[in-house]
Amino acid sequence: MNKRIIFGLVVILGMMIIALFAPFIAQQDPLEINHDARLEPPSINHLFGTDNLGRDTFSRMVYGSRISLSVGFIAVLISLGIGISLGGLSGYYGGKVDGVIMRLVEIMYCFPTFFLIMMIITFLGPSIVNVMIVIGLTSWAGLCRLVRAEFLTLRERDFVHSAKVQGVSDMRIMFRHILPNAMAPVYVSATLSIGGAILIESALSFLGLGVQIPNPSWGNILTSGKNYMDYAWWLTVFPGFAILFTVLSFNLIGEGLREVLDPKLREKRR
Amino acid sequence: MVEVDSIKKYFVKRNGFFTRDEKVVKAVDGVSFSIKKGETFGLAGGSGCGKSTLAKLITGILKPDEGTVSLNGAVDIVFQDPFGSLNPRMTIQEIVGEALYIRGKDKEEIEKRVRDSLRMVKLSDSNTLTKYPHQFSGGERQRIAIARALIHRPEFIVLDEPVSSLDVSIQAGILNLLKDLQQEHSITYLFISHDLRVVEFMSDVVGIMKEGSLVEVASAKDIYNSPKHEYTRHLIASIPTI
Ligand SMILES: Nc1ncnc2c1ncn2[C@@H]1O[C@H](COP(=O)(O)OP(=O)(O)OP(=O)(O)O)[C@@H](O)[C@H]1O
Ligand SMILES: [Mg+2]
Repeated sequence: MNKRIIFGLVVILGMMIIALFAPFIAQQDPLEINHDARLEPPSINHLFGTDNLGRDTFSRMVYGSRISLSVGFIAVLISLGIGISLGGLSGYYGGKVDGVIMRLVEIMYCFPTFFLIMMIITFLGPSIVNVMIVIGLTSWAGLCRLVRAEFLTLRERDFVHSAKVQGVSDMRIMFRHILPNAMAPVYVSATLSIGGAILIESALSFLGLGVQIPNPSWGNILTSGKNYMDYAWWLTVFPGFAILFTVLSFNLIGEGLREVLDPKLREKRR
Repeated sequence: MVEVDSIKKYFVKRNGFFTRDEKVVKAVDGVSFSIKKGETFGLAGGSGCGKSTLAKLITGILKPDEGTVSLNGAVDIVFQDPFGSLNPRMTIQEIVGEALYIRGKDKEEIEKRVRDSLRMVKLSDSNTLTKYPHQFSGGERQRIAIARALIHRPEFIVLDEPVSSLDVSIQAGILNLLKDLQQEHSITYLFISHDLRVVEFMSDVVGIMKEGSLVEVASAKDIYNSPKHEYTRHLIASIPTI
Protein backbone atom coordinates (compact mmCIF):
# COMPACT_ATOMS: atom_id res chain seq x y z
CA MET A 1 0.00 0.00 0.00
CA ASN A 2 0.88 3.63 -0.34
CA LYS A 3 3.51 4.75 2.19
CA ARG A 4 2.01 8.22 2.70
CA ILE A 5 -1.38 6.78 3.51
CA ILE A 6 0.13 4.38 6.02
CA PHE A 7 2.16 7.10 7.73
CA GLY A 8 -0.82 9.45 7.84
CA LEU A 9 -3.19 6.78 9.07
CA VAL A 10 -0.84 5.72 11.86
CA VAL A 11 -0.57 9.30 13.13
CA ILE A 12 -4.30 10.00 12.84
CA LEU A 13 -5.33 6.71 14.41
CA GLY A 14 -2.89 7.43 17.25
CA MET A 15 -4.47 10.87 17.68
CA MET A 16 -7.93 9.38 17.67
CA ILE A 17 -7.02 6.87 20.35
CA ILE A 18 -5.54 9.66 22.45
CA ALA A 19 -8.66 11.79 21.99
CA LEU A 20 -10.99 8.90 22.77
CA PHE A 21 -9.16 7.79 25.90
CA ALA A 22 -8.09 11.26 27.05
CA PRO A 23 -9.12 10.75 30.71
CA PHE A 24 -6.90 7.66 30.95
CA ILE A 25 -3.94 9.08 29.06
CA ALA A 26 -3.85 12.48 30.70
CA GLN A 27 -2.59 11.84 34.21
CA GLN A 28 -3.60 15.24 35.49
CA ASP A 29 -6.63 17.46 35.43
CA PRO A 30 -6.14 19.80 32.47
CA LEU A 31 -7.85 22.63 34.35
CA GLU A 32 -6.12 22.23 37.72
CA ILE A 33 -4.11 25.31 38.63
CA ASN A 34 -0.99 24.89 40.72
CA HIS A 35 0.80 28.13 41.62
CA ASP A 36 3.76 26.22 43.02
CA ALA A 37 4.56 24.63 39.66
CA ARG A 38 4.46 27.49 37.17
CA LEU A 39 6.36 27.30 33.87
CA GLU A 40 8.20 24.12 34.76
CA PRO A 41 10.18 22.57 31.92
CA PRO A 42 9.38 19.05 30.69
CA SER A 43 10.04 16.38 33.30
CA ILE A 44 8.79 12.95 34.28
CA ASN A 45 5.86 14.50 36.18
CA HIS A 46 5.04 16.96 33.46
CA LEU A 47 6.01 15.44 30.10
CA PHE A 48 5.43 18.69 28.20
CA GLY A 49 6.08 21.02 31.15
CA THR A 50 3.58 23.35 32.77
CA ASP A 51 2.10 26.71 31.80
CA ASN A 52 2.03 30.07 33.58
CA LEU A 53 -0.73 28.82 35.90
CA GLY A 54 1.06 25.55 36.64
CA ARG A 55 -1.33 23.43 34.55
CA ASP A 56 0.05 20.29 32.95
CA THR A 57 0.61 21.00 29.23
CA PHE A 58 0.56 17.33 28.25
CA SER A 59 -2.88 16.83 29.81
CA ARG A 60 -4.16 20.01 28.22
CA MET A 61 -2.92 18.89 24.83
CA VAL A 62 -4.43 15.43 25.21
CA TYR A 63 -7.81 17.05 25.81
CA GLY A 64 -7.13 19.58 23.07
CA SER A 65 -6.81 16.76 20.52
CA ARG A 66 -10.53 16.14 21.00
CA ILE A 67 -11.27 19.65 19.83
CA SER A 68 -9.02 19.53 16.79
CA LEU A 69 -10.22 16.18 15.55
CA SER A 70 -13.91 16.80 16.15
CA VAL A 71 -13.76 20.23 14.50
CA GLY A 72 -11.92 18.71 11.55
CA PHE A 73 -14.38 15.87 11.04
CA ILE A 74 -17.62 17.69 11.80
CA ALA A 75 -16.79 20.80 9.77
CA VAL A 76 -15.87 18.63 6.79
CA LEU A 77 -19.02 16.53 7.19
CA ILE A 78 -21.07 19.72 7.02
CA SER A 79 -19.24 20.96 3.96
CA LEU A 80 -19.53 17.52 2.36
CA GLY A 81 -23.27 17.57 2.90
CA ILE A 82 -23.65 20.99 1.29
CA GLY A 83 -21.02 20.47 -1.41
CA ILE A 84 -22.39 17.12 -2.55
CA SER A 85 -26.04 18.21 -2.57
CA LEU A 86 -25.49 21.51 -4.37
CA GLY A 87 -22.76 20.17 -6.68
CA GLY A 88 -24.88 17.14 -7.52
CA LEU A 89 -27.98 19.20 -8.32
CA SER A 90 -25.91 21.64 -10.32
CA GLY A 91 -24.17 19.04 -12.44
CA TYR A 92 -27.20 16.81 -12.89
CA TYR A 93 -29.83 19.37 -13.79
CA GLY A 94 -27.65 22.04 -15.41
CA GLY A 95 -29.48 25.06 -16.77
CA LYS A 96 -30.90 27.59 -14.32
CA VAL A 97 -30.27 25.46 -11.24
CA ASP A 98 -26.63 25.24 -12.25
CA GLY A 99 -26.49 28.97 -12.95
CA VAL A 100 -27.77 29.94 -9.51
CA ILE A 101 -25.58 27.45 -7.64
CA MET A 102 -22.46 28.41 -9.57
CA ARG A 103 -23.01 32.12 -8.82
CA LEU A 104 -23.23 31.16 -5.15
CA VAL A 105 -19.97 29.21 -5.45
CA GLU A 106 -18.27 32.19 -7.06
CA ILE A 107 -19.44 34.43 -4.23
CA MET A 108 -18.06 31.96 -1.69
CA TYR A 109 -14.77 31.89 -3.57
CA CYS A 110 -14.51 35.68 -3.71
CA PHE A 111 -14.89 36.21 0.02
CA PRO A 112 -11.66 35.91 1.94
CA THR A 113 -12.92 32.88 3.84
CA PHE A 114 -10.90 33.32 6.99
CA PHE A 115 -12.08 36.88 7.54
CA LEU A 116 -15.63 35.85 6.77
CA ILE A 117 -15.37 33.14 9.43
CA MET A 118 -13.88 35.62 11.90
CA MET A 119 -16.70 38.08 11.26
CA ILE A 120 -19.43 35.51 11.71
CA ILE A 121 -17.85 34.10 14.86
CA THR A 122 -17.47 37.57 16.34
CA PHE A 123 -21.11 38.17 15.56
CA LEU A 124 -22.42 34.81 16.86
CA GLY A 125 -20.11 34.66 19.82
CA PRO A 126 -17.14 32.35 20.08
CA SER A 127 -17.90 28.73 20.87
CA ILE A 128 -16.59 25.50 19.51
CA VAL A 129 -19.95 24.50 18.06
CA ASN A 130 -20.18 27.80 16.20
CA VAL A 131 -16.66 27.27 14.90
CA MET A 132 -17.49 23.83 13.50
CA ILE A 133 -20.67 25.04 11.84
CA VAL A 134 -19.18 28.20 10.41
CA ILE A 135 -16.12 26.40 9.00
CA GLY A 136 -18.45 23.83 7.47
CA LEU A 137 -20.76 26.48 6.04
CA THR A 138 -17.93 28.40 4.42
CA SER A 139 -15.73 25.67 2.98
CA TRP A 140 -17.97 23.72 0.62
CA ALA A 141 -17.35 25.70 -2.59
CA GLY A 142 -14.40 23.62 -3.80
CA LEU A 143 -16.18 20.34 -3.11
CA CYS A 144 -19.27 21.66 -4.84
CA ARG A 145 -17.33 22.41 -8.04
CA LEU A 146 -15.63 19.04 -7.90
CA VAL A 147 -18.88 17.13 -7.46
CA ARG A 148 -20.53 19.19 -10.20
CA ALA A 149 -17.76 18.34 -12.65
CA GLU A 150 -18.05 14.64 -11.84
CA PHE A 151 -21.84 14.70 -12.23
CA LEU A 152 -21.54 16.56 -15.53
CA THR A 153 -19.49 13.79 -17.10
CA LEU A 154 -21.21 10.87 -15.37
CA ARG A 155 -24.71 11.96 -16.36
CA GLU A 156 -23.74 11.34 -20.01
CA ARG A 157 -22.63 7.79 -19.35
CA ASP A 158 -24.67 5.00 -20.88
CA PHE A 159 -25.51 3.35 -17.57
CA VAL A 160 -27.23 6.57 -16.53
CA HIS A 161 -29.08 6.74 -19.84
CA SER A 162 -30.15 3.15 -19.38
CA ALA A 163 -31.50 3.90 -15.90
CA LYS A 164 -33.49 6.84 -17.33
CA VAL A 165 -35.02 4.66 -20.01
CA GLN A 166 -36.06 2.14 -17.36
CA GLY A 167 -37.84 4.87 -15.44
CA VAL A 168 -35.46 5.21 -12.49
CA SER A 169 -36.17 8.44 -10.59
CA ASP A 170 -33.76 11.38 -10.74
CA MET A 171 -33.09 11.03 -7.00
CA ARG A 172 -32.11 7.39 -7.34
CA ILE A 173 -30.01 8.08 -10.43
CA MET A 174 -28.13 10.78 -8.54
CA PHE A 175 -27.55 8.81 -5.35
CA ARG A 176 -27.36 5.24 -6.56
CA HIS A 177 -25.79 5.57 -10.00
CA ILE A 178 -23.80 8.76 -10.17
CA LEU A 179 -22.65 9.56 -6.63
CA PRO A 180 -20.87 6.25 -5.90
CA ASN A 181 -18.89 6.73 -9.10
CA ALA A 182 -18.05 10.33 -8.19
CA MET A 183 -16.68 9.65 -4.71
CA ALA A 184 -12.99 9.01 -5.44
CA PRO A 185 -11.98 12.67 -5.89
CA VAL A 186 -14.39 13.65 -3.11
CA TYR A 187 -12.53 11.45 -0.62
CA VAL A 188 -9.27 13.09 -1.62
CA SER A 189 -10.63 16.60 -1.32
CA ALA A 190 -12.45 15.88 1.96
CA THR A 191 -9.33 14.46 3.56
CA LEU A 192 -7.32 17.50 2.56
CA SER A 193 -10.10 19.75 3.91
CA ILE A 194 -9.93 18.11 7.35
CA GLY A 195 -6.37 19.40 7.69
CA GLY A 196 -7.53 22.82 6.55
CA ALA A 197 -10.39 22.91 9.04
CA ILE A 198 -8.08 21.94 11.91
CA LEU A 199 -5.74 24.73 10.93
CA ILE A 200 -8.59 27.27 10.86
CA GLU A 201 -9.82 26.14 14.28
CA SER A 202 -6.31 26.48 15.71
CA ALA A 203 -6.02 29.95 14.25
CA LEU A 204 -9.41 30.97 15.62
CA SER A 205 -8.58 29.60 19.06
CA PHE A 206 -5.23 31.35 18.85
CA LEU A 207 -7.10 34.60 18.24
CA GLY A 208 -9.47 33.87 21.11
CA LEU A 209 -12.42 33.18 18.79
CA GLY A 210 -12.54 29.43 19.24
CA VAL A 211 -12.32 27.34 22.37
CA GLN A 212 -12.55 29.66 25.37
CA ILE A 213 -10.05 29.52 28.20
CA PRO A 214 -9.68 27.78 30.56
CA ASN A 215 -10.77 24.92 28.27
CA PRO A 216 -7.79 23.70 26.29
CA SER A 217 -7.29 23.54 22.54
CA TRP A 218 -4.00 23.40 20.66
CA GLY A 219 -4.63 26.88 19.35
CA ASN A 220 -5.23 28.56 22.70
CA ILE A 221 -2.36 26.71 24.39
CA LEU A 222 -0.21 28.27 21.69
CA THR A 223 -1.68 31.70 22.45
CA SER A 224 -0.94 31.63 26.14
CA GLY A 225 2.47 30.16 25.36
CA LYS A 226 3.52 32.91 22.99
CA ASN A 227 4.00 35.38 25.87
CA TYR A 228 6.60 33.08 27.41
CA MET A 229 8.29 32.01 24.21
CA ASP A 230 11.74 33.21 25.32
CA TYR A 231 12.00 31.00 28.39
CA ALA A 232 9.21 28.40 28.11
CA TRP A 233 9.66 26.94 24.61
CA TRP A 234 7.57 23.87 25.47
CA LEU A 235 4.38 25.94 25.52
CA THR A 236 4.67 26.76 21.82
CA VAL A 237 6.75 23.93 20.37
CA PHE A 238 4.52 21.04 21.46
CA PRO A 239 1.14 22.42 20.37
CA GLY A 240 2.77 23.80 17.23
CA PHE A 241 4.12 20.39 16.27
CA ALA A 242 0.85 18.69 17.17
CA ILE A 243 -1.03 20.95 14.73
CA LEU A 244 1.67 20.54 12.11
CA PHE A 245 1.75 16.75 12.34
CA THR A 246 -1.99 16.32 12.32
CA VAL A 247 -2.53 18.60 9.34
CA LEU A 248 0.42 17.02 7.56
CA SER A 249 -0.94 13.54 8.16
CA PHE A 250 -4.36 14.39 6.72
CA ASN A 251 -2.66 15.95 3.72
CA LEU A 252 -0.47 12.88 3.24
CA ILE A 253 -3.53 10.63 3.35
CA GLY A 254 -5.27 12.92 0.87
CA GLU A 255 -2.32 12.97 -1.52
CA GLY A 256 -1.86 9.22 -1.12
CA LEU A 257 -5.53 8.62 -1.90
CA ARG A 258 -5.26 10.85 -4.93
CA GLU A 259 -2.44 8.70 -6.20
CA VAL A 260 -4.18 5.43 -5.47
CA LEU A 261 -7.57 6.47 -6.82
CA ASP A 262 -6.52 8.35 -9.92
CA PRO A 263 -5.89 5.78 -12.64
CA LYS A 264 -4.01 8.29 -14.78
CA LEU A 265 -1.49 9.08 -12.04
CA ARG A 266 -1.11 5.38 -11.34
CA GLU A 267 -0.24 4.72 -14.97
CA LYS A 268 2.49 7.37 -14.87
CA ARG A 269 4.12 5.88 -11.83
CA ARG A 270 4.45 2.46 -13.43
CA MET B 1 -46.52 -0.26 -33.02
CA VAL B 2 -43.68 2.24 -33.24
CA GLU B 3 -44.32 5.54 -35.02
CA VAL B 4 -41.65 8.15 -35.53
CA ASP B 5 -42.98 11.31 -37.11
CA SER B 6 -40.65 13.95 -38.56
CA ILE B 7 -38.43 14.32 -35.50
CA LYS B 8 -35.57 16.77 -35.40
CA LYS B 9 -32.69 17.34 -33.05
CA TYR B 10 -30.12 20.07 -33.58
CA PHE B 11 -27.06 20.61 -31.43
CA VAL B 12 -25.43 24.00 -31.12
CA LYS B 13 -21.68 23.75 -30.88
CA ARG B 14 -19.42 26.63 -30.03
CA ASN B 15 -16.23 26.46 -32.01
CA GLY B 16 -13.94 27.85 -29.35
CA PHE B 17 -13.98 28.91 -25.78
CA PHE B 18 -13.66 32.62 -26.50
CA THR B 19 -15.59 32.91 -29.74
CA ARG B 20 -19.25 33.56 -30.30
CA ASP B 21 -18.82 31.51 -33.44
CA GLU B 22 -21.50 28.83 -33.33
CA LYS B 23 -22.14 25.85 -35.53
CA VAL B 24 -25.46 24.03 -35.69
CA VAL B 25 -25.17 20.27 -36.05
CA LYS B 26 -28.34 18.85 -37.55
CA ALA B 27 -27.92 15.46 -35.90
CA VAL B 28 -31.44 14.29 -36.74
CA ASP B 29 -33.20 16.38 -39.37
CA GLY B 30 -36.79 15.30 -39.91
CA VAL B 31 -36.93 11.51 -39.72
CA SER B 32 -40.16 9.50 -40.08
CA PHE B 33 -40.73 5.77 -40.16
CA SER B 34 -42.77 3.10 -38.46
CA ILE B 35 -42.11 -0.44 -37.29
CA LYS B 36 -44.65 -3.26 -37.24
CA LYS B 37 -45.04 -5.35 -34.13
CA GLY B 38 -42.49 -8.14 -33.91
CA GLU B 39 -40.45 -6.84 -36.82
CA THR B 40 -36.97 -5.38 -36.99
CA PHE B 41 -36.28 -2.02 -38.54
CA GLY B 42 -32.60 -1.86 -39.45
CA LEU B 43 -30.90 1.51 -39.49
CA ALA B 44 -27.61 1.79 -41.33
CA GLY B 45 -25.43 4.78 -41.99
CA GLY B 46 -21.93 6.15 -41.71
CA SER B 47 -20.24 7.43 -38.59
CA GLY B 48 -21.80 10.58 -37.16
CA CYS B 49 -24.92 10.49 -39.33
CA GLY B 50 -27.17 10.70 -36.26
CA LYS B 51 -28.02 7.07 -35.52
CA SER B 52 -27.35 7.24 -31.78
CA THR B 53 -29.11 10.58 -31.48
CA LEU B 54 -32.16 9.03 -33.12
CA ALA B 55 -31.97 6.09 -30.69
CA LYS B 56 -31.87 8.53 -27.77
CA LEU B 57 -34.83 10.50 -29.10
CA ILE B 58 -36.91 7.36 -29.50
CA THR B 59 -36.12 6.10 -25.98
CA GLY B 60 -36.71 9.49 -24.38
CA ILE B 61 -33.12 10.07 -23.28
CA LEU B 62 -33.20 13.22 -25.42
CA LYS B 63 -36.21 15.43 -26.13
CA PRO B 64 -36.81 16.14 -29.81
CA ASP B 65 -36.83 19.76 -30.96
CA GLU B 66 -39.71 18.89 -33.24
CA GLY B 67 -41.79 15.86 -34.14
CA THR B 68 -43.22 12.99 -32.15
CA VAL B 69 -42.47 9.43 -31.21
CA SER B 70 -45.34 7.18 -30.29
CA LEU B 71 -44.69 3.82 -28.72
CA ASN B 72 -47.24 1.24 -27.81
CA GLY B 73 -45.85 -0.09 -24.55
CA ALA B 74 -42.54 -0.26 -22.72
CA VAL B 75 -39.24 0.40 -24.45
CA ASP B 76 -35.67 -0.39 -23.50
CA ILE B 77 -32.25 0.11 -25.04
CA VAL B 78 -28.99 -1.79 -25.45
CA PHE B 79 -25.90 0.32 -26.10
CA GLN B 80 -22.81 -0.26 -28.16
CA ASP B 81 -20.27 -0.24 -25.36
CA PRO B 82 -21.03 -2.81 -22.67
CA PHE B 83 -18.23 -1.36 -20.56
CA GLY B 84 -20.02 1.96 -20.24
CA SER B 85 -23.58 0.74 -20.06
CA LEU B 86 -23.30 -1.20 -16.80
CA ASN B 87 -22.78 0.68 -13.55
CA PRO B 88 -19.37 -0.52 -12.30
CA ARG B 89 -20.48 -0.16 -8.66
CA MET B 90 -23.55 -2.35 -8.83
CA THR B 91 -23.77 -6.14 -8.78
CA ILE B 92 -25.36 -8.01 -11.65
CA GLN B 93 -28.39 -8.72 -9.46
CA GLU B 94 -28.82 -4.98 -8.80
CA ILE B 95 -28.23 -4.00 -12.42
CA VAL B 96 -30.58 -6.52 -13.98
CA GLY B 97 -33.20 -6.29 -11.24
CA GLU B 98 -33.40 -2.52 -10.90
CA ALA B 99 -36.38 -2.03 -13.21
CA LEU B 100 -38.37 -4.35 -10.95
CA TYR B 101 -36.93 -2.98 -7.70
CA ILE B 102 -38.03 0.57 -8.45
CA ARG B 103 -41.50 -0.74 -9.21
CA GLY B 104 -41.72 -2.17 -5.71
CA LYS B 105 -41.53 -5.87 -6.52
CA ASP B 106 -40.55 -8.06 -3.59
CA LYS B 107 -37.14 -9.63 -3.20
CA GLU B 108 -38.02 -13.18 -4.12
CA GLU B 109 -39.80 -12.20 -7.30
CA ILE B 110 -36.92 -9.95 -8.36
CA GLU B 111 -34.34 -12.65 -7.78
CA LYS B 112 -36.40 -15.23 -9.63
CA ARG B 113 -36.95 -12.96 -12.60
CA VAL B 114 -33.28 -11.88 -12.66
CA ARG B 115 -32.34 -15.55 -12.91
CA ASP B 116 -34.92 -16.09 -15.64
CA SER B 117 -33.61 -13.10 -17.56
CA LEU B 118 -30.01 -14.28 -17.29
CA ARG B 119 -31.06 -17.74 -18.41
CA MET B 120 -32.73 -16.19 -21.46
CA VAL B 121 -29.40 -14.69 -22.51
CA LYS B 122 -27.58 -17.95 -21.74
CA LEU B 123 -25.80 -16.72 -18.63
CA SER B 124 -26.84 -19.11 -15.91
CA ASP B 125 -23.71 -19.55 -13.85
CA SER B 126 -25.07 -19.73 -10.30
CA ASN B 127 -22.79 -17.08 -8.80
CA THR B 128 -23.30 -14.49 -11.54
CA LEU B 129 -25.70 -12.48 -9.37
CA THR B 130 -23.19 -11.25 -6.80
CA LYS B 131 -20.43 -10.40 -9.27
CA TYR B 132 -19.59 -6.98 -10.66
CA PRO B 133 -19.47 -6.01 -14.36
CA HIS B 134 -15.66 -5.93 -14.53
CA GLN B 135 -15.59 -9.64 -13.82
CA PHE B 136 -17.13 -10.41 -17.21
CA SER B 137 -15.92 -10.35 -20.80
CA GLY B 138 -17.32 -7.92 -23.37
CA GLY B 139 -19.67 -10.50 -24.83
CA GLU B 140 -20.95 -11.52 -21.40
CA ARG B 141 -21.51 -7.91 -20.43
CA GLN B 142 -23.55 -7.36 -23.55
CA ARG B 143 -25.65 -10.38 -22.59
CA ILE B 144 -26.12 -8.81 -19.14
CA ALA B 145 -27.24 -5.57 -20.80
CA ILE B 146 -29.74 -7.55 -22.87
CA ALA B 147 -30.96 -9.36 -19.74
CA ARG B 148 -31.50 -5.99 -18.06
CA ALA B 149 -33.59 -4.86 -21.01
CA LEU B 150 -35.62 -8.08 -21.06
CA ILE B 151 -36.52 -8.16 -17.40
CA HIS B 152 -39.49 -5.82 -17.56
CA ARG B 153 -40.72 -7.51 -20.74
CA PRO B 154 -40.65 -4.52 -23.08
CA GLU B 155 -42.50 -4.71 -26.38
CA PHE B 156 -39.79 -2.73 -28.12
CA ILE B 157 -35.99 -2.70 -27.78
CA VAL B 158 -33.62 -0.25 -29.43
CA LEU B 159 -30.29 -1.91 -30.21
CA ASP B 160 -27.66 0.76 -30.86
CA GLU B 161 -24.76 -1.08 -32.49
CA PRO B 162 -24.99 -3.95 -30.00
CA VAL B 163 -22.16 -5.95 -31.55
CA SER B 164 -19.90 -3.26 -33.00
CA SER B 165 -17.53 -3.20 -30.05
CA LEU B 166 -17.34 -6.98 -29.76
CA ASP B 167 -14.89 -9.45 -31.21
CA VAL B 168 -16.03 -10.71 -34.60
CA SER B 169 -15.93 -14.25 -33.22
CA ILE B 170 -18.67 -13.55 -30.68
CA GLN B 171 -20.81 -11.19 -32.75
CA ALA B 172 -22.76 -13.99 -34.41
CA GLY B 173 -23.65 -15.49 -31.05
CA ILE B 174 -25.22 -12.24 -29.84
CA LEU B 175 -27.00 -11.61 -33.13
CA ASN B 176 -28.53 -15.10 -33.13
CA LEU B 177 -29.52 -14.71 -29.50
CA LEU B 178 -31.33 -11.47 -30.36
CA LYS B 179 -33.14 -13.17 -33.23
CA ASP B 180 -34.21 -16.10 -31.05
CA LEU B 181 -35.48 -13.77 -28.34
CA GLN B 182 -37.49 -11.85 -30.89
CA GLN B 183 -39.12 -15.01 -32.24
CA GLU B 184 -39.96 -16.33 -28.83
CA HIS B 185 -41.36 -13.13 -27.32
CA SER B 186 -42.36 -11.24 -30.50
CA ILE B 187 -40.31 -8.19 -29.51
CA THR B 188 -40.04 -5.28 -31.92
CA TYR B 189 -36.48 -4.11 -32.67
CA LEU B 190 -34.83 -1.00 -33.96
CA PHE B 191 -31.45 -2.38 -34.94
CA ILE B 192 -28.71 0.16 -35.58
CA SER B 193 -25.38 -0.56 -37.20
CA HIS B 194 -22.88 1.00 -39.55
CA ASP B 195 -22.38 -2.45 -41.03
CA LEU B 196 -24.90 -3.00 -43.81
CA ARG B 197 -24.36 -6.76 -43.84
CA VAL B 198 -25.28 -7.10 -40.19
CA VAL B 199 -28.32 -4.86 -40.70
CA GLU B 200 -29.48 -6.93 -43.63
CA PHE B 201 -29.06 -10.15 -41.63
CA MET B 202 -31.13 -8.82 -38.74
CA SER B 203 -33.86 -6.74 -40.37
CA ASP B 204 -37.18 -6.93 -42.12
CA VAL B 205 -37.07 -3.32 -43.26
CA VAL B 206 -33.93 -1.26 -43.69
CA GLY B 207 -33.50 2.51 -43.50
CA ILE B 208 -30.38 4.19 -44.83
CA MET B 209 -29.39 7.31 -42.94
CA LYS B 210 -27.16 10.11 -44.10
CA GLU B 211 -26.46 13.42 -42.39
CA GLY B 212 -29.52 13.29 -40.18
CA SER B 213 -32.04 12.11 -42.77
CA LEU B 214 -33.35 8.81 -44.04
CA VAL B 215 -32.42 8.68 -47.70
CA GLU B 216 -33.99 5.31 -48.47
CA VAL B 217 -36.33 2.86 -46.77
CA ALA B 218 -36.94 -0.56 -48.29
CA SER B 219 -37.23 -4.22 -47.42
CA ALA B 220 -33.96 -5.92 -46.56
CA LYS B 221 -33.98 -7.82 -49.84
CA ASP B 222 -34.65 -4.79 -52.01
CA ILE B 223 -32.00 -2.66 -50.37
CA TYR B 224 -29.36 -5.12 -51.50
CA ASN B 225 -30.76 -6.18 -54.81
CA SER B 226 -32.15 -2.92 -56.13
CA PRO B 227 -30.78 0.03 -54.18
CA LYS B 228 -32.44 3.26 -55.34
CA HIS B 229 -30.38 5.96 -53.69
CA GLU B 230 -26.85 6.70 -54.71
CA TYR B 231 -25.65 6.69 -51.08
CA THR B 232 -27.11 3.20 -50.57
CA ARG B 233 -25.17 1.97 -53.59
CA HIS B 234 -22.08 3.62 -52.17
CA LEU B 235 -22.57 1.81 -48.85
CA ILE B 236 -23.05 -1.52 -50.61
CA ALA B 237 -19.99 -0.95 -52.75
CA SER B 238 -17.85 -0.17 -49.72
CA ILE B 239 -18.62 -3.50 -48.04
CA PRO B 240 -15.34 -5.42 -48.10
CA THR B 241 -15.71 -8.63 -50.04
CA ILE B 242 -14.03 -11.63 -48.53
N1 LIG C 1 -24.74 15.91 -26.99
C1 LIG C 1 -24.27 16.38 -28.16
N2 LIG C 1 -23.85 17.66 -28.28
C2 LIG C 1 -23.41 18.14 -29.43
N3 LIG C 1 -23.30 17.44 -30.55
C3 LIG C 1 -23.68 16.14 -30.53
C4 LIG C 1 -24.19 15.54 -29.33
N4 LIG C 1 -24.49 14.25 -29.59
C5 LIG C 1 -24.19 14.04 -30.90
N5 LIG C 1 -23.70 15.18 -31.47
C6 LIG C 1 -23.33 15.32 -32.88
O1 LIG C 1 -24.40 14.88 -33.67
C7 LIG C 1 -23.95 14.13 -34.78
C8 LIG C 1 -24.57 12.76 -34.77
O2 LIG C 1 -24.05 12.00 -33.69
P1 LIG C 1 -24.50 10.51 -33.37
O3 LIG C 1 -23.78 10.04 -32.19
O4 LIG C 1 -25.98 10.46 -33.34
O5 LIG C 1 -24.00 9.74 -34.67
P2 LIG C 1 -23.89 8.19 -34.94
O6 LIG C 1 -24.50 7.97 -36.27
O7 LIG C 1 -24.42 7.41 -33.81
O8 LIG C 1 -22.33 7.98 -35.07
P3 LIG C 1 -21.43 6.72 -34.69
O9 LIG C 1 -21.44 5.84 -35.90
O10 LIG C 1 -20.09 7.33 -34.47
O11 LIG C 1 -22.00 6.07 -33.50
C9 LIG C 1 -22.43 14.12 -34.68
O12 LIG C 1 -21.92 15.13 -35.52
C10 LIG C 1 -22.16 14.44 -33.24
O13 LIG C 1 -20.94 15.13 -33.13
MG1 LIG D 1 -23.60 5.90 -32.45
